[in-house]
Amino acid sequence: MTVMLAAAAAVLFGLGTYLLLQRKLSRIIIGLGLLTHGANILLITAGKRGNPPIIGESRPEDLADPLPQALALTAIVITFGVTTLLLALAYRSWLLNGDDEVQDDVADRGIGQSEVVHDEIEDQLQVIAREEHR
Amino acid sequence: MSWLLPLPIVLPLLAAALSILAGRSKTAQRVIGVGTLGALVVVSILLLIEVERAGIVVIEAGDRPDPLGISLVADRFSAVLLLVAEITLFAVLVYAIGEPTTERNHVGFQSAYLILAAGVAASFLTGDLFNLFVAFEMMLTASYVLMTLGGRQEQVRAGMTYIIISLIASTLFVTALALLYSATHTVNMADLAVRLDELPSGVRTAFAVLLLVVFGIKAAIFPLFFWLPDSYPTAPSPITAVFAGLLTKVGVYAIVRTQLLLFTDDSRPATLLLVIAGATMVIGVLGAIAQDDIRRILSFTIVSQIGYMVMGLGFFTVAGIAAVIFSIIHHILVKTSLFLTTGLVERAGGSTKLSRVGGLVRTVPIVATLFLLSALSLAGMPPFSGFISKLALFEAGIDAQHLAIIAVAIVVSFLTLFSMLRIWTGAFWSPAEVAPPPAPVDAKRNGPTLMVLSTTFLVACSLAVALAAGPIYAFSERAAASLLDRDAYIEAVTGP
Repeated sequence: MTVMLAAAAAVLFGLGTYLLLQRKLSRIIIGLGLLTHGANILLITAGKRGNPPIIGESRPEDLADPLPQALALTAIVITFGVTTLLLALAYRSWLLNGDDEVQDDVADRGIGQSEVVHDEIEDQLQVIAREEHR
Repeated sequence: MSWLLPLPIVLPLLAAALSILAGRSKTAQRVIGVGTLGALVVVSILLLIEVERAGIVVIEAGDRPDPLGISLVADRFSAVLLLVAEITLFAVLVYAIGEPTTERNHVGFQSAYLILAAGVAASFLTGDLFNLFVAFEMMLTASYVLMTLGGRQEQVRAGMTYIIISLIASTLFVTALALLYSATHTVNMADLAVRLDELPSGVRTAFAVLLLVVFGIKAAIFPLFFWLPDSYPTAPSPITAVFAGLLTKVGVYAIVRTQLLLFTDDSRPATLLLVIAGATMVIGVLGAIAQDDIRRILSFTIVSQIGYMVMGLGFFTVAGIAAVIFSIIHHILVKTSLFLTTGLVERAGGSTKLSRVGGLVRTVPIVATLFLLSALSLAGMPPFSGFISKLALFEAGIDAQHLAIIAVAIVVSFLTLFSMLRIWTGAFWSPAEVAPPPAPVDAKRNGPTLMVLSTTFLVACSLAVALAAGPIYAFSERAAASLLDRDAYIEAVTGP
């Protein structure tokens, strides 16, 4: 059982990571969902297995450890909220851009390109100078 | 006096709910927000006094015996950071009220801001690793809302990066918690500290590095900093200011707390921390030099300054950690005031690009003065607080025989000075290269009174830190000593 859960967590982590590396926001969000589920399964496996943790139903040493389940529940609720916000943002992005691709940072690209463009112009000037010389 | 402990978390949450209910009246919302944060400044002063008297103050939620209950713990380190954070939050809220766009146009601003305040306080005060996760999420969820307020295209783009990175960090945190729980069967930090000691040292080192990665993303250390200069500059200026001042420092707090409390000398990644610190400092400051936008320059210097704090932690000596505590106090105040000043620059000059604004020293002398005071402090010029924090770090490093990293740090502090002077000459001293867009018409040249007043207040606070450097540094040393004394913390929480 634990091995199966571990395998499930591993598969979820793998798929989630793959989807995270895509450019479309909808895929990234699904990837994040899978990733967080993987983490939650891992959290569930951290506790002891056993009967439902209700006092009086069975002997205390047979009870499952309820704490990781409570922790997983909290984590699920938090991810749920954040995923909803992300979906809203993806929708907003679709409204603004017409698609949900994650955009480049314009200022970053500007700084990156300014040097490149500068170098290219220099190169072209040198070529022209050489041809004129000839 | 341990009943004071839940107040910084409970009060802002209640106030956030009230603020939404009072959404129709801006005045009521403002009274609630300012009143709550003002009260919290008083509460955190009282808490600091109590902690100074008693050492460590603990309260168990629901009065359940530990480790079942959820503990809230304040020691000197968390109490002083809480005080500085509440002062900053208060000043920035006043600034936001003075600002004519952000707060005025969004009903949810005050609520999200108060939840952010609750999250920051909860991160400082929690004694439970899972609750640290919840506190982080509280703070981050509020920050997602604040960052994308307005929903401009640029904000949506930057907001996505920010949210996705934070969510990945949170997932890693949950993973780390799962692994820690299966190894130790507890998430209470004091309990974890005891039970982790029984594990083999290799496993402990793995946990130490895993937690370092988790909090490193939030603290923006190399190589996990790339999201910060990308996303922070797009938010409205008061929000960028409070993020810049507080959020990364909460990450640093978590790194310091977990490395010092949970792990012992044989499992702490000391060399790794120093290497990361060096890379963070250098890359951050080089990034700052390449930028043209004031907000982006400042964002990159945040990264660089985080490097200094990680360096001080990497020494693992009382002097090093005392210097870290002093730097965090200094940096929260100075960085927030720099970003607030940038907001004033944007109002006066119509842009934050160095190539487009210029000559502001003649048109807005007060803003120029405020900027110069903070910038020189950030760069570590005497007699400002930045100089004292760097001096303390360098002395600690020389005492700990880490000369190479100190050499790097000294070079970086010159480069920081250079990047600050670039802003000074670009925006304030020389005329603009390109004609700026028309500045918003405003009767008051230096900006609305509330904005200028709250910025001045924060700059005055950072000057006060420099003036009272002796007592504050002595306090930092006591805080560092109690941080390194794991047994006292464990005993205070779990009982003898």
